[in-house]
Amino acid sequence: MTETTISELKIIVFQLKNKEYAIPVTQVRSIEKMQHITRVPGVAQYIKGVINLRGLVTPIIDLGYRFGLAEAEMTDSTRIIIAVLNDSEVGLIVDAANDVLDIQTETIEPPPEIIGGNEDEYVNGVVKIGKRLLILLDLEKVIKIANMIEV
Amino acid sequence: MDMNMNQYLEVFIEESKEHLQACNQNLLELEKNPTNLSIVNEIFRSAHTLKGMSATMGYEDLANLTHQMENILDLIRQSKLLVSPELLDVVFSATEHLEEMVQSISEGGDGKCDVKDVIQKLKMIEKGETPIQTSAKQEAAVTVEEKVSTKNFDQFELTVLIQSAEQGFNTYEVAVSLREDCLLKAARVFMVFEVFEALGEVIKSTPSVDLLEEEQFDNEFTVTYVSKETEKTIIQKVMNISEIEKVVVTPFSPLEIQQVYGRRDESEVTVGKEENQIALESNETVNDNSDDKTQQPKANIGNKTIRVNIERLDILMNLFEELVIDRGRLEQISSELNNQELHETVERMSRISGDLQNIILNMRMVPVEMVFNRFPRMVRQLARDLNKKINLEIFGAETELDRTVIDEIGDPLVHLIRNAIDHGIETPSERRSKGKSEEGRVHLKAYHSGNHVFIEIEDDGAGISREKVLNKAIKNNIVIAQSAASLTDKQVYELIFASGFSTAEKISDISGRGVGLDVVKNTIESLGGSVSVDSNFGKGSIFSIQLPLTLSIISVMLVGIQNEKFAIPLSSIIETAIVKKEDILYTHNQKVIDFRGKVVPLLFLKDIFDVPVLSENGDFLSVIIVRKGDKMAGLVVDSFIGQQEIVLKSLGNYLANVFAISGATILGDGQVALIIDCNALIN
Repeated sequence: MTETTISELKIIVFQLKNKEYAIPVTQVRSIEKMQHITRVPGVAQYIKGVINLRGLVTPIIDLGYRFGLAEAEMTDSTRIIIAVLNDSEVGLIVDAANDVLDIQTETIEPPPEIIGGNEDEYVNGVVKIGKRLLILLDLEKVIKIANMIEV
Repeated sequence: MDMNMNQYLEVFIEESKEHLQACNQNLLELEKNPTNLSIVNEIFRSAHTLKGMSATMGYEDLANLTHQMENILDLIRQSKLLVSPELLDVVFSATEHLEEMVQSISEGGDGKCDVKDVIQKLKMIEKGETPIQTSAKQEAAVTVEEKVSTKNFDQFELTVLIQSAEQGFNTYEVAVSLREDCLLKAARVFMVFEVFEALGEVIKSTPSVDLLEEEQFDNEFTVTYVSKETEKTIIQKVMNISEIEKVVVTPFSPLEIQQVYGRRDESEVTVGKEENQIALESNETVNDNSDDKTQQPKANIGNKTIRVNIERLDILMNLFEELVIDRGRLEQISSELNNQELHETVERMSRISGDLQNIILNMRMVPVEMVFNRFPRMVRQLARDLNKKINLEIFGAETELDRTVIDEIGDPLVHLIRNAIDHGIETPSERRSKGKSEEGRVHLKAYHSGNHVFIEIEDDGAGISREKVLNKAIKNNIVIAQSAASLTDKQVYELIFASGFSTAEKISDISGRGVGLDVVKNTIESLGGSVSVDSNFGKGSIFSIQLPLTLSIISVMLVGIQNEKFAIPLSSIIETAIVKKEDILYTHNQKVIDFRGKVVPLLFLKDIFDVPVLSENGDFLSVIIVRKGDKMAGLVVDSFIGQQEIVLKSLGNYLANVFAISGATILGDGQVALIIDCNALIN
């Protein structure tokens, strides 16, 4: 067996509509329940606003809207995933955050031609686990600073 | 340096800086009040502590120089030296060297510096001719100091002395030393005085008789004494008393003393009288002199402080804000449950946490004085170097800024002040010929306004010449000649912030290196601030720095717009008003109101901020009248919620530059409210 040489990746799995997405756990600071979001005028529509995250004002992105899906519906399972990128924290609204998984990096496949929606450009690859298909996101591309403010 | 020392290094640096700052301030104070010896004592104490610390840390140059400085100060406080501007120059330059060394240490250097020159100067002063000539014949050092210290006579004593001399009495300074092991000092003193009184009259004693009776002296005391006996007899008689170590009798002429007094200004004599000798004696017996303390209450009360890493304060602050969120929840729960006891407890907790909040917020704030207080000395030195007369006035030194900003603005300010003094203020003769007073004025002013702290440096000097600036700018390819004419004056003045610009005709060390103002501009902009300049040619210039309150407490008016809450800085608000809808006037598609005779445009915030409209309100509009400079606008909101102190927070990197929003704050209920930037709205 060559198990020891296989590198593992811990990922957080979350749901948007009927698809499952994943980001590496190292990029996630915490997962928060839905809370009051203060709208910020004059910014891109997928930015829902800001929340108070332990004293830090943190911007919140509606990931579904960002991917061209419908605007997130707020339910009991709605979560905000606080991701860390370049020392800044950003919250991502997802329909549910249900799993932490260990995957082997070799099992990551390049993104298939058609996933649908305009999320293609943010996808790093896909992972199949049994019948589940997890879409690995490239957070850097999801959160393009330049896009945050509408000019 | 070993590890052990390293852990103290930070404390050493901080404390050294504080002591040097205290030295500086007190030296300036001393320059104004050269006769106030309690100031000298303060300086001495600072220097002494500094010496001890640097010796412990192994910084010899630092210790040597402080030691030498201490010697001089010691002479001054013993009245052996008179404070003169020349003397202060040397002491100031010594302090400057000390600062350099401390700076070098704090930057990881070895704190070495060539201080021979200053030490040499200090030594010269120490040995050299003092303004009051102490006679070279004095045998013991003790005698010398005692002699001079008692020579601070008041008018009455002086008259008695002169009259005694006229009547053929000899006037003496008698210094008596008791033996170290003398047990009942007061008793010995009494016996000595008995001998004195038998042979003549004691005019004055140092320390005073009261203090001597209380044994509040070391082993020596000095009296001014008139007697017909010779020196020899006096010594003999006194030496007959047991446990007397030494008696030194020195004749002197009261007339000489009077002449010396004549040269000093009169006020000093009066001061001496009022203080009734005690202040003078306090040199020797600082610890027990209550009069001395009441004279200088400020100097003697040291603030007790501890040093806390600013990161810890950040953590504390963030933790506290989490607490505030839960406080908000608790308040809500308690109001729902309607339980009296719970209600009272929560209310009490809210009050306490409110106080706590204030304390935590204020901990990070430091008065801008921390930066400002080094300027008076700098200006003094510059003025002397440039032969200009300058009066620096500081306003708003108590304005508070976040510590992180304070740490950064020092250098830019130094630069701008140097600039104002070097390029702005003219020489006294030039000023005279222009009909200005010889003394140039530099105003340094700090104040809160809106979401910013402003620092202004204003001088009444030559101002900026549009022509010179333009010529220079064209020469240096900063602007092209064709567009030059269309620039407004202000635009032209702003050109001096372009890199590679220097309008001084000759380059001086002070500020004419030509790398100046663009660096200032960059530094301030990197802090998220801005700097601008305006000038009136021939009348002066004003540099205005705007700094953000990255983490600052401001008062705001919370307003409701539909379901959203916004904060408007109180400093922008003139007043609030309720306006009837029918009172709105229309001009050029712009809704305006008549506000106290002025036409004020109305800005509907719910339109500007695209607030989702849930309900229309009735016939009245809630209007907040805000201003920017002399322009006004009426911001239309739905409700006034109230006034509140808030912490200003940035929206973060991702949301910088949101239109008309300068930041956010976290309200008592844990929600974020946006802060409206009125300056952006009025344009």
